[in-house]
Parts: sequence; C-alpha cells; structure tokens
Amino acid sequence: MRRLHLTLLVLGLLATSLVMVGYKVSVLGFPLQPAQTVDNWIVEARIAFEPSGGAVTARLVLPDDPPGYGILDENFVSRGYGLTTTQQGENREARWTTRTPSGRQVIYYRATVYERPGSNGDDAPYPGPVSVPDYGEPYHSAAMALLESVRERSADITSFASVLVNDLNAHNPGENAALFIDRDTSETDRVRTIIDLLAGARIPARMVHGITLTDWTREADPQSWLEVHNTREWVPVNPRDGTPGYPPNFLVWWRGDMAPLQVDRAERPEISFSVTRNIHDAIDVAEQRAQIMDSRIVDFSLFGLPVQTQNMYRVLLMVPVGALIIVLLRNMVGIQTFGTFMPVLIALSFRETQLLGGIVLFTLIVSLGLAIRFYLEHLKLLLVPRLAAVVIVVIMLMALISILSHNLGIEQGLSLALFPIVILAMTIERMSIVWEEHGPQDAIYQGLGSLAVAAASYLFMINRNLEHLIFVFPELLLVVLALTLLVGRYTGYRLTELVRFRALKE
Amino acid sequence: MMGRWFITPGELRSRGVLGLNARNGAFIAAYNARCNYPLVDDKLQTKRLALEAGIAVPELYGVIETQQQVRRLGGMLGDHEDFVIKPAHGAGGDGILVITGRMGDHHRRANGKLLDRDAIAHHVANVLSGMYSLGGQPDKAMVESRVKFDPMFEPMSFQGVPDIRTVVYRGYPVMAMVRLPTREADGKANLHQGAVGAGIDMGSGKTLNGVWRSQVVDRHPDTGAPIAGIPIPGWTRLLELAARCHDLTGLGYLGVDVVLDRDRGPLILELNARPGLAIQIANHEGLMHRTRAVEERLGRLEQREDAASRAAWTQARFAVNAGAGPTARD
Repeated sequence: MRRLHLTLLVLGLLATSLVMVGYKVSVLGFPLQPAQTVDNWIVEARIAFEPSGGAVTARLVLPDDPPGYGILDENFVSRGYGLTTTQQGENREARWTTRTPSGRQVIYYRATVYERPGSNGDDAPYPGPVSVPDYGEPYHSAAMALLESVRERSADITSFASVLVNDLNAHNPGENAALFIDRDTSETDRVRTIIDLLAGARIPARMVHGITLTDWTREADPQSWLEVHNTREWVPVNPRDGTPGYPPNFLVWWRGDMAPLQVDRAERPEISFSVTRNIHDAIDVAEQRAQIMDSRIVDFSLFGLPVQTQNMYRVLLMVPVGALIIVLLRNMVGIQTFGTFMPVLIALSFRETQLLGGIVLFTLIVSLGLAIRFYLEHLKLLLVPRLAAVVIVVIMLMALISILSHNLGIEQGLSLALFPIVILAMTIERMSIVWEEHGPQDAIYQGLGSLAVAAASYLFMINRNLEHLIFVFPELLLVVLALTLLVGRYTGYRLTELVRFRALKE
Repeated sequence: MMGRWFITPGELRSRGVLGLNARNGAFIAAYNARCNYPLVDDKLQTKRLALEAGIAVPELYGVIETQQQVRRLGGMLGDHEDFVIKPAHGAGGDGILVITGRMGDHHRRANGKLLDRDAIAHHVANVLSGMYSLGGQPDKAMVESRVKFDPMFEPMSFQGVPDIRTVVYRGYPVMAMVRLPTREADGKANLHQGAVGAGIDMGSGKTLNGVWRSQVVDRHPDTGAPIAGIPIPGWTRLLELAARCHDLTGLGYLGVDVVLDRDRGPLILELNARPGLAIQIANHEGLMHRTRAVEERLGRLEQREDAASRAAWTQARFAVNAGAGPTARD
C-alpha cells in the first residue's frame, strides 16, 4: 500500500514536471541550454532639427506590430521633451513637445525587434472598394484599357496587382502602360502610380515604408513597398516585379504615403535610420512571446522578480540538487559527514572561492579552529562560551588570512568571508568531540568525507547547464523531489557496507 | 583474508546481512514507534522502567541537573570511591567518565589518569550543556555505581567493562555478542573504535571467535587470552531479561546492553533503539535469516508468548549446533 502510494506520488511528480517543461520548451520556446541566443536588431531613428523659435512639436511614426517581427523593447532619448504616443490612423506616432528649445536638437527613438515568424500580415478589416479616380484624358482611357487587359490575365486581387505591376515595369511596356511610368520614376512615385491605377479597378492599396535589417547600417534608406487588400488581409507586393511578399529582413516602419517625421516651427529637419544586429538571450524572447500569447505560466516565473532576487534564486534553487547529491552519497554510498547538510553550505561557499582554493581554505580554517578548540579545552569553559570563542577567533583568523593573501596577491583568500562560519564552528566542535571520543582517525576520516561530499555537490551545483535548467524550469525540482523520495525508500546495501562486512565473505 | 577487499551485494544478501538503510527503513521505521524512543534515549527513564519491572540495573547515586549541583557530588558518592558519570541522553557511549578510585583530592580514571575536582566539574558542565546528547539539547548527568564485572571476563578485557549486546527482534532475542575493550579502544566497548566483538552461540551461551578490526581473532589482542568457547554464566536468564526489555519499551528492534556484575549478576546497562550492525560481523552471520524465522514463528502463533518461552524458543532455534537449522555454521 505504502509502496503503491509512493510510486503514484513519484510518477505524478515526474509527469507534472515533464509536462510543464515540455509545454515551456515546445510552445513557449524556452531554451534548454544556457546562453542560447536569438538574433535581433536594434533599429534607431535619429531626428535632428533647428528650432526656428517658439514651442516645437516633432511627430515621428513608430513601427506598430510590424509583420514578421516583434518589438521587444523601445526607448526614447529626448531630454527636455514631453512625450506622448498615440495611434494615428494606421500608424503609431510619437509626439515630442517642448516650449523653449535652443540650438540644434537631436532626438532618438530606439527599438529592439526580433524575428517573430507567424505574425504575418495585417489582418485589418477590408476597407471596402475605393472609388475610381478621375484620371483625366488621355490617361483615363489608357488606364481603363490597361486595367481591362490586366483583368483578363489575372485571377484574383493579388494576381491582378502582380500583373499590373509587371506590365508597368516590363522592359517594353505597352503604350498604355508607358503613359504612366517611365524608367526614371522614383520608387515612391512608382508605388503611388500603382496605387492610383489599382483604384481604377476599385482595389484598396496602400504604400508602406520600411527599412532593411542588415548588420551595421548607419544610414538606412526607407524603402517604399506596395500593399493591396485582398478583402481578408493586406498582401505585400513588390512594386518592381509584382511578386507577393516583403524583401528579406524588411521591417515595416510606417504605412501610408507620408513623411515619417513632421516638425513644427523648426528648420532643416533630418531623419536617419540605423540598424545594429544584436544577440539577445533566448529567454527574454520566450518571455515576450509568452506575454504576447497571454500565458499564465510566465506570470508566475522567476523572471518576474527583481534581478537581485533572481540571482539569489539562481543559487538557492541549486541547493536541492546539492541536497540530492548528499542523500545519494550518504544513503547509497555511505560516506560519513559532519552535520547532515553542512556540506551543501560548504559547497555554496566554494562557488566563490573555486574548488581548490575552497578546499585549502576549509582545511586551513578547520585545522586552526581545532587547534584553538583544543587550547580552550584546557581552560575548562562552558559549551556555548567556548563555541562563541571559537567563532570569534576563527573570524579574526579569517580576516588575517584575507589581508595576508591580498598582500600576497592571492585573490581567493578574499572570498573567505563567505564561509558559513557559524556552521564551521559547530563542525569544529563536533569534530573535536569525535577526535576525543573516537580518535583522530575517525575525525579526519569524517572531515575528509564532508569535504569530498561538499566538493561533489559543488561540482554539480556550478554546472552551468544544470543551473540554467533549474532556473528556467523550476518545476524540475519536482523531479529532484521525486528522486529524493525514491531514495528514501531504498533499503538496499550501501557501497561502503560492501567493505565493512567483508569479513562475512565465505 | 586474501583476495577481494569487498563483498558483493549478492553475497551479502545470501548471508542475510542487514544493511543500514534496511535497518532504518524497514526495521526501525516499522517496529520502533517514535513515542517509545524517550524510554530508551533517556537512560533515567530506562532505569526507572527496569526497576519497576524488577530488572536489576547499576545503582543510581544521583542526578546532576544544574551546574551548581556539581558541588553535591561528594554527598552523592558517600563512601563510594568508584563511580561512573554518564549523560542521560548520550549516544554511542560518548561522554561516559569512569572513575575507578580516589587518590586524595584526585580521582583516578579507568585509563589510570588522575583527574581533579575541577576536571570532573568541567566534564559535568559539558554533559549538561548537551555536548554529548542526541541533537545537542541540554542534558542531565547521571552518577551511578561502577560495575565490578564478573572475573571470568578479567583476562579478556583491557581496562574497560566488557558488556553483552543482544539484539531483540519483535520480542525475540535473535543475536548476541560480547564486546571486549582493548587498549586501542581506550577501554571502551565499541567495536568501531577497536574493541573486540565475539559472537555468542545462542544455544549454549558460549562465545565464538572474535572479530577485531574486521579480522577474525581467537585471542584478545592485548591480553592474549583465548576468546572462543567461554560460557556466559546465566545465559538463559540473560536471554529472558533481554526478551522482557521488549515488553518494557514496546520497541520491535532493540539493542539490550547487559553487564555481568560480580555480585549482582546481569545488570541492564542501557537499551538502544538504533542498535548497530557490527553484531553481524562478530557473529559472522547476517541478522535477516533469524528475523525471518521470528516472523514465521509469529505468523504461526495464535497468541503472544511470554518472555521466558520466547527466550527458550530462540535458544533452541538459533543454537549453533542445532542441526538442520538454516543458521547452523559449517
């Protein structure tokens, strides 16, 4: 009965933990390995202008849910300006205002964007058929003839746009097409013309502007692109060759036929875009994704805590792992230690001192402490004052070692203060009792055992992969718990008993 | 002892050796209710319990509970020159101070060293502050008579007091050994510290070969006296005594430590709720075959037997030369 209960409990814990980990890995994309990174870009718009007197208002369109990308973070560098962001039609807009600017003004907008496959297209509702513009003759007849011929060669709205663009850009455009566009037409004018012509077929189309994300672009030129609405969503169309889709690494910045920057009461406004490639921790991106997906799991994750607290938990969450190691080493191997979990605390302090330095310092302190303890024995002190005396003298010795090692240039001596000194004092006391009652051999044996166990749990606890796994997937501690419970029911022999009972050999 | 320096788990299992995990997980957890622990962990309670049941124990001269009471030690001792100071909650024999005699203002320890009053007061203070107690809680110090052990053990022990440890499983004494102090063990009867353990034939009460530091020995390493084949006087009575201790404490896995006093016969020294496993080495045999036999016996019985019949059954069943029994040695 008890066995069944335990089995079910262990299976339950394992299943819960693994399901949560599976969800977080496969759906939310939390990385299984530390320092797993995703590419992202920092895009920056730099605005400069010279105020011509009076209050200044600068308005900049901002990327708003760009297709194929997510915005991880954005910030505005503008000292002395009031800032509001508002939705203006299809665009988001930042509005900087200041009353008395003087000299040349520079404002920055900076955003971190990452590739987010799956968020494709703008599924804004169909704005309805547009009215046919009056082109004026002879353009009107030419446009109608061109559109008629395009209609015959197309199947739907998207292909209509493609065919039209193709006709206009053909090496030898037909005479109707040639009327509207020539080789030197700028990209923006070209898109404008196409939109105009598409209106003749009552197809809603718009211009979008974006920048190409390439590494280290100081001056990125915004590129104009065409979008048509196919009654379901906006479909990007290449204004040069009519193929649907955006160019690779294209970040849509703003929509509509307008300038990105408008400044009132200022001269020579300038705007320039720059792009930097950035490597970002995959965890942040996964978090962001989870927030966008509105997943409750991340609300309760450790990443929501302040960074300092996070760092504490990074260490603290490894303690169960160390405890499991101790359970294994004590109950399955049979190593004796001073104090049940004292080795975990020692192992924690090894994090700061490194293994070798830690072992040397531990041995040094415990030996010195023992010497003091044996000296104090002559004074016949009561237990608690004696413990306190050991603590005091050991701390003074530690300070001395730190100063000495600092002067000698050995930096490891400085991290000495992180040893759990009170625990060490208890260890020293316990060790001296074992020394007196059971002999030095036992005391040293158990001391070495403690040190070996501490070293072993340290090696597990500093494992970067393990630390990352436990911190990102704290539910893995349920696995640790399950294993601990299992060992709790282990009634087999300990490894050391194979030696201890060797006399019983046949 | 040539060849392998270890024994395989398979061999251990076939010898029926009880491991620490199995002892803790299967025996102590199952048969030793935690509420019964204080009865054995507090030696004062054990003593009272034993006295109420008419079981002989070393005479208690007094109890020291506070530092001030150390002064009363002289009054407690009366004209006794030898005595023992023990922590009431001591573990593993730690903190036991044996005084064998007096030299003016000084007391002589079992190992011959002299101690003054201050040193004894300091030892008592350590005991009171919980230095030797389980878990470190404040403790009491017991002052009791020193056992003058049976002269038959004289040649087989060095300085300390040899005692007889019996493991009682669910009321049945299943295995026993004599622990003989050695110079190496500093007069202590702890196998782990270098005392000699000699198994006892449950049937005849005669000692078997001894084990010292995991080696089989037939002579005491200090005195050279033969160890095997010595009959323990009053063996049957001793087994009954051990069996009765189960009834006193309700513990299903119990270690009973008995000393044979020259004048008063077997005295219960202490009871142990977590008896160690070295007894298996001393007897060159595992405990599990015997505990299984006890379980079979309990399964067949309609009602509980009394201590005397349990001891009698055990004596017949686990005798070394009992014939076809699974425990017989070849």
